[in-house]
Amino acid sequence: MKLFQRLAGEFRRNRLLTASLAFIALVTLAGFLAPLISPYSPGGFEEQRLLEVPSAAHWLGTDELGRDVLTRILYGARVSIAVGLGTALIALLIGTFYGLVSGYAGGALDSFLMRVVDIFYGLPDLLIFVLLSLFLGRNITGVLIALGLITWVRFARITRGQVLQAKELIYVEGARAIGASHVRILLRHILPNIFAPLLVTLTFSIPAAILSESTLSFIGLGINDPYNAWGTSWGTLAQDGWRAMRTYPHLIFFPALAIFLTILAFNFLGNGLRDILDPKRN
Amino acid sequence: MIRFLAKRLLHGLAVLWVVVTLTFVLLRILPGGPFDSERRLPPEIMANIQAKYHLDEPWLKQYARYLAGVAQGDLGPSYKYIDRTVSDIIKDTLPTSTLLGVLALVFAVVLAFPLAVAAAAYHNRWADRGCVFLATLGISLPHFLLGAALIWVFSLKLGWFQAARWGSPDSAVLPTITLGAMPCAYFTYLLRSSLLETLGEDFIRTARAKGLKEPFVLFKHAVRNSLIPVLTLLGPLFATLVAGSFVVEYVFAIPGMGRFFISAVTDRDYPLITGVTLVYTAILVCANLLVDMCYSLVDPRIRVR
Repeated sequence: MKLFQRLAGEFRRNRLLTASLAFIALVTLAGFLAPLISPYSPGGFEEQRLLEVPSAAHWLGTDELGRDVLTRILYGARVSIAVGLGTALIALLIGTFYGLVSGYAGGALDSFLMRVVDIFYGLPDLLIFVLLSLFLGRNITGVLIALGLITWVRFARITRGQVLQAKELIYVEGARAIGASHVRILLRHILPNIFAPLLVTLTFSIPAAILSESTLSFIGLGINDPYNAWGTSWGTLAQDGWRAMRTYPHLIFFPALAIFLTILAFNFLGNGLRDILDPKRN
Repeated sequence: MIRFLAKRLLHGLAVLWVVVTLTFVLLRILPGGPFDSERRLPPEIMANIQAKYHLDEPWLKQYARYLAGVAQGDLGPSYKYIDRTVSDIIKDTLPTSTLLGVLALVFAVVLAFPLAVAAAAYHNRWADRGCVFLATLGISLPHFLLGAALIWVFSLKLGWFQAARWGSPDSAVLPTITLGAMPCAYFTYLLRSSLLETLGEDFIRTARAKGLKEPFVLFKHAVRNSLIPVLTLLGPLFATLVAGSFVVEYVFAIPGMGRFFISAVTDRDYPLITGVTLVYTAILVCANLLVDMCYSLVDPRIRVR
């Protein structure tokens, strides 16, 4: 709990961090509340108002089928946030478990497990992501799992390195001396102690996932699931705008801005957290 | 040294084998096949096609055939481009992709160097904050957005550079910047933090104490010693370049390997997908091997491990 108090204090002092966090909250909320706050229905066509520039009725204009761009972006926020958070959580679960086992067990098992991680590190991850998502389905769940299966190695490496350090500490030795079980030592003594670097890695994995997903949706290899109720990926919206960029630049500008600002906010947040949690700083 | 390199080489081969096996298996469990089209082919023609590409054989036999081919540099036929083999396509497109990658890398390093040195020299002043801010922007900007923005400003509005195609020097400017921006930001970050760490060392204080001019301290003493830790982190930098290149090739309509990967996925051209993925992996493996070599040459402690 002390960690959270310290974080809260730092956030109050650093305006860039506060702004980033506020923006992330805004995007997340916009995604959650999209059905309530969006001015039009997500599939609402207006045949009379195609490709309009921003106006009072359509704040961000309309696309080539007369759909409201603001509505589409609000719904798209759900996709990006879901993919970002979902990927990071899957990667955190797999990677942390893997790293804990590897670092704590040590010896031959550790070197074998780390060899596997090394191999994963050498893969061209965007290409493997495409292939995995073909297999798992080109919808939000499939993309999310595919991305998680690529990102977990980061968590595994960091967790393992941290566990190697932490397990030599005096209080872990103490816990072992009074007969605590391995599971208890790992979960109650080691895991809380290595929480900070994991939080930083988690924060950086979210924008990376959003970046990968929107990039692949842009080139037409990402989410391809037009009938779901969630919304259309920002990358797909940008692709729609890209094709009409010469004449209707507003169609690519707004989705692009949404992607860029969201990724930027997460990166600022990650940088801030890393600086605050850096043990060398104090 | 030899033993170290042999170990790394073996590791590289293992990565390649995993990629071949993974793509091979994944592409065969996928529903649908490369020759499913709108109009159903008569069964006897289908059987002929299957036989021609050995798709009627058991998987294990196909796998063994493919591995044997790869070992001899034969990546198999392309299902989509009937008159060309995968190796032909890669031979035609790899030079373009490589040139683009090298240009972007040079751009990134040449720009990142002064930025990082300036940031470290003026630590916590506006120059430093500006560089860190720029680097964060660069890391957050997806390739396709930067590319679109550059095309809009410099091709459509100002008409300075070509928006697409590849061949003349002026067509290379925008793709190079687009692909180089993210590695540049990344490199600036790494070099800056490494420099800051080095500048806190005792030998820097000694250099200053004996009255060396500050530029001399910075370039002769600090930069040299800061490059070593940066070298090890170059692996992910190459990965960003490879991942970025196929997006940039798409945006700027450059006839490189990445464009073929994208169309191969849509066409279900399995040998082409596997072949291109394999070549990309091989590039990454070689880059990492090169980094390892540089590192162990510079820092003898690494060889012992």
